[in-house]
Amino acid sequence: MGSHAQDHHHGPAKGISRWLFTTNHKDIGSMYLIFSFAMFLIGGAMAMVIRAELFQPGLQIVEPNFFNQMTTMHGLIMVFGAVMPAFVGLANWMLPLMVGAPDMALPRMNNWSFWLLPAAFLMLLSTLFMPGGAPNFGWTFYAPLSTTYGPPSTTFFIFAVHIMGVSSIMGAINVIATILNMRAPGMTLMKMPLFVWTWLITAFLLIAVMPVLAGVVTMMLMDIHFGTSFFDAAGGGDPVLFQHIFWFFGHPEVYIMILPAFGVVSQIIPAFARKPLFGYASMVYAVGAIAILSFLVWAHHMFTVGIPLFGQLFFMYATMLIAVPTGVKVFNWVATMFRGSMTFEAPMLFSVAFVILFTIGGFSGLMLAIAPADFQYHDTYFVVAHFHYVLVPGAIFGIYAAVYYWLPKWTGHMYDEVLAKTHFWMSFVGMNLAFFPMHFLGLAGMPRRIPDYALQFSNFNMISSIGAFMFGLTQLLFLFIVVKCALGGPKAPAKPWEGAEGLEWEVDSPAPYHTFSTPPEIK
Amino acid sequence: MGVQVRQAMAGLAISLLSAPAMADWTMNMTPGVTAVSNEIFNLHMTILWICVVIGVIVFAVMFWSIFAHRKSRGAKPANFHENTTVEILWTVVPILILVGMAIPATSTLVKMYDTEASDLDIMITGYQWRWRYDYIGEDYGFFSSMSTSWDEIYNRTEKGENYLLEVDNPLVIPAGKKVRFLMTANDVIHSWWVPAFAVKKDTIPGFINEAWTRVDKPGIYRGQCAELCGKDHAFMPIVVKVVPPDEYNDWLEAQKEAAARERELTSKDWSLAELVERGQRVYAAQCVACHGAEGRGNPPIFPALRGNERMLGDLQWHLGVLVNGVRGTAMQAYGDQLSEVDLAAVVTFTRNALGNNQGDMVTPLEVRDFKNAQQ
Repeated sequence: MGSHAQDHHHGPAKGISRWLFTTNHKDIGSMYLIFSFAMFLIGGAMAMVIRAELFQPGLQIVEPNFFNQMTTMHGLIMVFGAVMPAFVGLANWMLPLMVGAPDMALPRMNNWSFWLLPAAFLMLLSTLFMPGGAPNFGWTFYAPLSTTYGPPSTTFFIFAVHIMGVSSIMGAINVIATILNMRAPGMTLMKMPLFVWTWLITAFLLIAVMPVLAGVVTMMLMDIHFGTSFFDAAGGGDPVLFQHIFWFFGHPEVYIMILPAFGVVSQIIPAFARKPLFGYASMVYAVGAIAILSFLVWAHHMFTVGIPLFGQLFFMYATMLIAVPTGVKVFNWVATMFRGSMTFEAPMLFSVAFVILFTIGGFSGLMLAIAPADFQYHDTYFVVAHFHYVLVPGAIFGIYAAVYYWLPKWTGHMYDEVLAKTHFWMSFVGMNLAFFPMHFLGLAGMPRRIPDYALQFSNFNMISSIGAFMFGLTQLLFLFIVVKCALGGPKAPAKPWEGAEGLEWEVDSPAPYHTFSTPPEIK
Repeated sequence: MGVQVRQAMAGLAISLLSAPAMADWTMNMTPGVTAVSNEIFNLHMTILWICVVIGVIVFAVMFWSIFAHRKSRGAKPANFHENTTVEILWTVVPILILVGMAIPATSTLVKMYDTEASDLDIMITGYQWRWRYDYIGEDYGFFSSMSTSWDEIYNRTEKGENYLLEVDNPLVIPAGKKVRFLMTANDVIHSWWVPAFAVKKDTIPGFINEAWTRVDKPGIYRGQCAELCGKDHAFMPIVVKVVPPDEYNDWLEAQKEAAARERELTSKDWSLAELVERGQRVYAAQCVACHGAEGRGNPPIFPALRGNERMLGDLQWHLGVLVNGVRGTAMQAYGDQLSEVDLAAVVTFTRNALGNNQGDMVTPLEVRDFKNAQQ
């Protein structure tokens, strides 16, 4: 085509076609972020239903079957609809800016990988209105509960997972192609910002495990509709095979959700400590080690299924080993703060809370790794507490830190710092109130995924629900802060943070529609 | 909805007022009543304290930095960004700590896996949503279902002390004996968990898992299903009654005699009214979870029995579904789960109650003939 008119066309298209047909990484990044926040609110509303039902013993608000649909959809939407697309959105916006590239390497595929997501999640959400209701077998959808005993809508769930898997794989290919091919001259791998590094490794994890997820749901599809018996012992299959395949995907998946947050925090803490990141190289190696180990620990989710003693021991030792690189990262962040010159704007507050609370989630993770003790922890609220501690103040706080850090670059305005700090403190208190008592509930013996509980669990459940409502409501404040910042506010300079470093701060705020059309020079 | 909201508000008021009365702030794992559960508790506490100590050290450095090294206090940033000695140290020291944790953990795990030389073997089978216990070699077994009423669950009456943790027939085991559990499931995966024994094992359809316990202290111990198994996952508790060995032997003999008497009932001459009366109890225990108290079910997953023309029109088909189940659905094969009397009773009940009035019946002897004809 190559007409001259296009060469001189620098601004975005007008109207809806800008968003439907855009190949611009900034537009696509914004769409990913808005989509993921919408999903976060929907998944959060489901969490509110769950916590309302659990506010006191007895069945008050929903029936058990609908409660199970809520826990299932809450998990699926938060993992695949909120956290993962939010990080892809951050990658889209920031990776080209951070490596000095004009755009993502594969811009048209980029458009498609975004627009697949609304299709997938509309289909997934539509199952709530189907006869028999939405999937009700937990986000881990263990067979045969999800195959022989699943509701009719399971087929739509499978197709939705396929579509979101395609989207993730294409997004990951795009990230790898961009990072490996489009860095500005002089930016060697070991000069890349850590957010770029963590995303590069995350993208490889995605490519490795999303096909495994697609495989396991396809086997379910075959069992349900085509008479196979992969997971049905009556036909020579094995229900535990499902769990092995699922967790071979599922464990790397949890690192997919946290590694980019490691990257974000590794950008922000040095910026607000006004001191270089401690141990850059060991940070990179630690992320690599965590990624490799993540493929060798899947059966620690299955300590009670009856795997042989030797298997238990292998997976226990391998899982405990993850504490070493994770510890290195925490020590490095603390050493970066040590003897810095710190200020505590919203991105830093979320990052510091990330380090503290993620570490607590790491400790409970280490406890869960101890196989004999796991027989008491497994499938209780202790596990629920553990993974919410790594996902909420881990992944979600990481995303919030990133948004506040880069919002001036995206909008050209400073956000309202007072409101942002309010958002932080309300989230911090609400989140701890919601999730810390869950440790106690689990240790005292409350199983997870139950709509009603014995009376001795009443007190901590009520506290937890109050915290959850507080956390949930606070997120509407975030929406207000972002909209307010997008519409106006003090003009942001190109580099709004005194200690920030990186190529993204060399372009204007807001970042022009096209940046780095000629590559920057790396000193 | 208005009623529900009002009920919820009333419930909230009651629970807030009565909070001190039922104040239970248990925060920690139970040490349990077995050697293994004690070891696990100690392991748990050891690791917890190690984590606390590491946490205190790391967070102390961090909070001190947050306090002292802030710009508003005039802190000037240092410029160091690596230190090989420190980095090697904080890689090697954690590895040593981990080795220290792994050694006792391995030893406990080996003990948990030693299911050899048991005094007694019990087969545990998970069903949606109850447990079956079979005493291997004794030709005796029974179902154990939750005995908490739906009125308590739906807040229509006050909740009892052991709300959701009480069953009609508890598992009975002798004190001081090594009991081996063989575990499987009939439909989906369940998980049999009694915290006081530190026994938790998934029951998997088509496979048999093993676990064991030895409880020295007689008493009543309670647990729950730990693996999501569908709608009523929250409502399949476990109660284990540990009794002295003599009492256990007496109990077992009495149970076996009672079971024999029950089998004789098959040949009794039953009237329709008697069968309906007995069937109502069977229906309430076995069927109500899916088909509902009024037989309306939850189509399309759980069909309605009220006015079900296929069922009412064909008694043989009706009996066949009950005895053989419907493959690929939640409808189980009750042929081996219920006695012939109970099968006859529940068929007769569903044809003559729940808004149905078919006027026909099936006797226990006819059920026996039906089952024999299939073999």
